[in-house]
Amino acid sequence: MAGKRLFVIAVLGLFGLASAVHAADVTFSGSTTVLPIAQAVAEAYAGIYEIEVSGGGSSVGITALIDGTTRIANHSRSMKVSEYQSAVAKGVLPFTFHIANDAIAPIVHPSNPISDLTLDQLKAIYEGSITNWNQVGGGDAPIVAVSRDSSSGTYETWAEIVMREAPVIASAIYTTSNADVAAEVSSNPNAIGYVGVAYLMPQIKALSVGGIVASVTTAIDFSFPISRPLFVSTNGFPVGPVRDVILWILSDDGQRLVQSVGFAPIRVLP
Amino acid sequence: MRSRPLKIESPLADAPVDLRPISQAGLRGALLLLKERWDRPVFFALACVSLVALGLIIFFIFREAAPLLREIGLIRFLSGQWTPTTDPGQFGALPMIVGSALVTLGALLLAVPLGYGAAAFIAEVAPGWLKDVAKSILELLAGIPSVIYGFFGLLILAPAFQHAFSLPTGRTALTAAVLLGIMALPTIASLAEDALTAVPNSYREASMALGASRWQTIRRVTFPAAFSGLIGAAILGMGRAIGETMAVLMVAGNAPQLTASFLKPVRTLTGTIALEMAETPFGSTHYHALFGLGALLLLTTLITNGLAEGFRGRLARKHGR
Repeated sequence: MAGKRLFVIAVLGLFGLASAVHAADVTFSGSTTVLPIAQAVAEAYAGIYEIEVSGGGSSVGITALIDGTTRIANHSRSMKVSEYQSAVAKGVLPFTFHIANDAIAPIVHPSNPISDLTLDQLKAIYEGSITNWNQVGGGDAPIVAVSRDSSSGTYETWAEIVMREAPVIASAIYTTSNADVAAEVSSNPNAIGYVGVAYLMPQIKALSVGGIVASVTTAIDFSFPISRPLFVSTNGFPVGPVRDVILWILSDDGQRLVQSVGFAPIRVLP
Repeated sequence: MRSRPLKIESPLADAPVDLRPISQAGLRGALLLLKERWDRPVFFALACVSLVALGLIIFFIFREAAPLLREIGLIRFLSGQWTPTTDPGQFGALPMIVGSALVTLGALLLAVPLGYGAAAFIAEVAPGWLKDVAKSILELLAGIPSVIYGFFGLLILAPAFQHAFSLPTGRTALTAAVLLGIMALPTIASLAEDALTAVPNSYREASMALGASRWQTIRRVTFPAAFSGLIGAAILGMGRAIGETMAVLMVAGNAPQLTASFLKPVRTLTGTIALEMAETPFGSTHYHALFGLGALLLLTTLITNGLAEGFRGRLARKHGR
């Protein structure tokens, strides 16, 4: 009898606990490229708004926005026509804001003598027609291409600008995040990969493409060949905390934060 | 007639049993019976929940995979390449079936001998205190989250194998197989240990009485007697290895290439689903193909679990339990 009473109290107590967990003011979900920006924004707003950040890829974020499980979707590619159609069909009207620019830099191990490749060479490497570093001016070693899975916005941009309809070779290494690409390239002297500029670190070496170095200046005006805009989207025009956060990101202060995290702002800052 | 409590004192029971509810007829009696014995219907309902959940999972996965038969056909699905992003996409699952098979085979080659050895040590050789220590260590190994194993593989195993075998990359089927072997080891070891301790002591005593040494007893008497249970343990370990996603995703390289070599990156069925599910448009051929991979995995799991239960049941019946 006492046991049964205790059980009932415990179950009711759990319900009480559950109601104490409240929804966050602002939720970001989606592209792992935009993730560092969202995290920096969450830290900047600590104590003012409760901001939850998660990754999963641009597609995951847009799907979450359509399903209503996130307030803000991060994406590093534009929304597709099919995604707009699914959104409208579910009564979601996406508003998209351009919040930063990103450059996708090809990276190699620091010990690699190569420092520049053309777009065509990059395409040939990932297609499989170039398989050895000595075919592009390096030593005699097999090239290990590291790519991203197909649900990644980084991969989509790479496929659109570099691969141009050619499939990535089946023997390439496929990883699930920018950080994973950097990890493999930093520990493998034969590897080549691609990451957003925010993920560049001393353990990897960024290549220039056709002589143009990936940097803030070349990313703002898209003169770096593999550069792209980054977006956030909301369901309908944002109101409340979401509106405050997005307006702040677009302001000079927010753009300075974007730059401090390693991306290019959307305009030249004063 | 006024009802009085009918108490029966039984030497077998701790408390007197109140048989009053049974003596009442009709709805009142039924309700009283329910109040007294509420546990049986409740537990029955809970068991039904698990069965219904399993049935729904199986139904849903096969239903979403069914359009594959019409869109691609079974033969093309089980052969060829996997290039979902080309136009038109190719959805041949063979590279991943072979990848999963390679990685699982390697894992079993590592885990089964070590697992049986550990089980034999714990069941037959270890003194009481060491038995407890060894079993706790096994349980600890079994409880480590798979993503931690993945970390370990990524940071330590992969570079080690790359240097040891002078490979282009350390992310290979071998790395994944070794990692999965370590993960499946506790499962196999503890189930094998159960099987070995289930063998009646009279077998061992008879063998020793005939003059056999401990090793001879283990090898010629105990192991063959526990054979069904040992096979069951190996099959369940295999099920664990086939179904593992996270750790394999981190170390296997995920290259969808058809290869029989352990030293090349491979992609497993589980890895493909994890990598591509988020992107796929709902209802497309790619979507159905991923569910097809899931259906393959589900079939394999059902078959391996069924076999394992069959073998373990045989062991129990053989020794009269």
